[in-house]
Amino acid sequence: MSATRTTTRPTPAMTTPLSRMTALARAEMTLLGRTKGALVAALFAPLVLPVSTSQLSKEMDLAEVGLNTGTLVLPASVGFSLLFAVYSVLVGALVVRREELVLKRLRTGELRDVEILAGSALPAVLTGLVQCLVLAVACSALLDLSAPSAPHLAVVGLLLGLVMCAALAAATASFTRTGESAQVTPMPLMIVSMMGSGMLFPLELLPDRVASVCELLPLTPVVTLVRGGWTGDLSAYEALGAVATAVAWIVIAVFAVRRWFRWEPRR
Amino acid sequence: MENNGHEHVIEVTDLRRVYGGGFEAVSGISFSVRRGEIFALLGTNGAGKTSTVEVLEGLAAPADGRVRVLGHDPYTDRALVRPRTGVMLQEGGFPSELTVAETARMWAGCVSGARPPAEVLALVGLESKAGTRVKQLSGGQRRRLDLALALLGDPEVLFLDEPTTGLDAEGRRDTWELVSALRDGGTTVLLTTHYLEEAENLADRLAIMHEGRIANTGTPAEVTAAEPSRISFELPEGYFAGDLPPLGELGVTGHETDGRIIRLRTHELQRTATGLLMWAAQAQVELRRLDVRSASLEEAFLGIAREASGERATTTKEYAA
Repeated sequence: MSATRTTTRPTPAMTTPLSRMTALARAEMTLLGRTKGALVAALFAPLVLPVSTSQLSKEMDLAEVGLNTGTLVLPASVGFSLLFAVYSVLVGALVVRREELVLKRLRTGELRDVEILAGSALPAVLTGLVQCLVLAVACSALLDLSAPSAPHLAVVGLLLGLVMCAALAAATASFTRTGESAQVTPMPLMIVSMMGSGMLFPLELLPDRVASVCELLPLTPVVTLVRGGWTGDLSAYEALGAVATAVAWIVIAVFAVRRWFRWEPRR
Repeated sequence: MENNGHEHVIEVTDLRRVYGGGFEAVSGISFSVRRGEIFALLGTNGAGKTSTVEVLEGLAAPADGRVRVLGHDPYTDRALVRPRTGVMLQEGGFPSELTVAETARMWAGCVSGARPPAEVLALVGLESKAGTRVKQLSGGQRRRLDLALALLGDPEVLFLDEPTTGLDAEGRRDTWELVSALRDGGTTVLLTTHYLEEAENLADRLAIMHEGRIANTGTPAEVTAAEPSRISFELPEGYFAGDLPPLGELGVTGHETDGRIIRLRTHELQRTATGLLMWAAQAQVELRRLDVRSASLEEAFLGIAREASGERATTTKEYAA
């Protein structure tokens, strides 16, 4: 403390958005590893649930709609991974950080708001990404799944899904007050997605009118694009429609976050 | 913005802050803090101190008025201000499952020109707790961790919101020494406190806040100078208040009686005390429970609270000054 300082001081090494987000993501990764509930949800649920889907699939007439067990189970697995490892884990993490006043503390520093959210989301998003890659390899090896005929569609679908689930998690956290309610608030989207986004059964097995509504659900375009990536029977028109639906959901989620996200608990 | 050592690092003009429900926490306050000065916002809980500091920290926009920190609006020019400020919130803000060292490392990654985390932990005496989870720290240790992180970037301006709440006497003294040393090194410090002692010991200037307004401001000496000194004693057996020498002539500006206890207020403590003691000596009586004290911040503080509540002892008699 003996050094006298005046108004001039050497310019310090400035942080960059990337360095700041990396520091935050690293801490979040450590925390993810220390939260048992999140760890189970992130690592096991998406690996166990596909088994039940593959059991269910045996009772369906998949060939009629141009699918087999592999092209049903893999997109479903990606969906499970996005819902459990990314979406639900992230809702909990953001709400708990807010309750602990961590978000408020972070906002006193150099991190911009978007960096705080992105840095916090990064570990969950990476977990989801790695999981999806593992699932793709596992499904290819264990189920009758040939190489993808339009891999770019699967990649686009997966990336859109990761961004969308992170954004939807922040949006859901906007309407979640406590860590306890964070156990419940992700449920509607998770259940609706499992039932209506072609994860448990293909939409083609539903009545047309119901199916066309289900196509507008957030996770449907992701499942559609990943499936199309493997089957290769998605027209450009259908693919663009799916991308547009996914982008629309991302825009809605980002709008909701900007409008309603709270950085500190209500007094 | 200039100069010759009188640069105003913090400028607050007619600041108002209103919460969602319409509650006005800060009702038009103005003050400024010079570079290298410790400025204290003193007040009871709910006086509006934290609401004020949050605006200065750039966490909230003012409802009305103008705030400048280092010449910038801390809310809209966040990127320009943040690398030069350090903030200690009133409470918490650390993930409970991280260790002290992990917390410091994370924060260091978000601070331009950060000092080595171990160095600031040592500065606040937490080096032995580096491997401890935050949730296992005592309240005082958490306060010190918060202070350490606020110091990581070697900030030009430091905001400390109740920095010593929850600390024991020794920890409080350590923090005071640290903050004084920082000031001597050129750091500008704005702190809030409800400890009078803290403001009196630490602050170069202070403002007493009450119900969203600044009730009194100046150096501790200036603020207390306006306050009277106090003498109290028990009337000797067999004497009445009327038996005392004429109080006005002794420089007494007011007095209260509470049973046998007499309380005098004066701006000329020596003259009043001398007159009173000479009278006692001549009358050969003992003034039991004699208490003579010069004006203090406590008087100023309590005076403001009393005035606000409109509470006045009925026996109080004011003399024309």
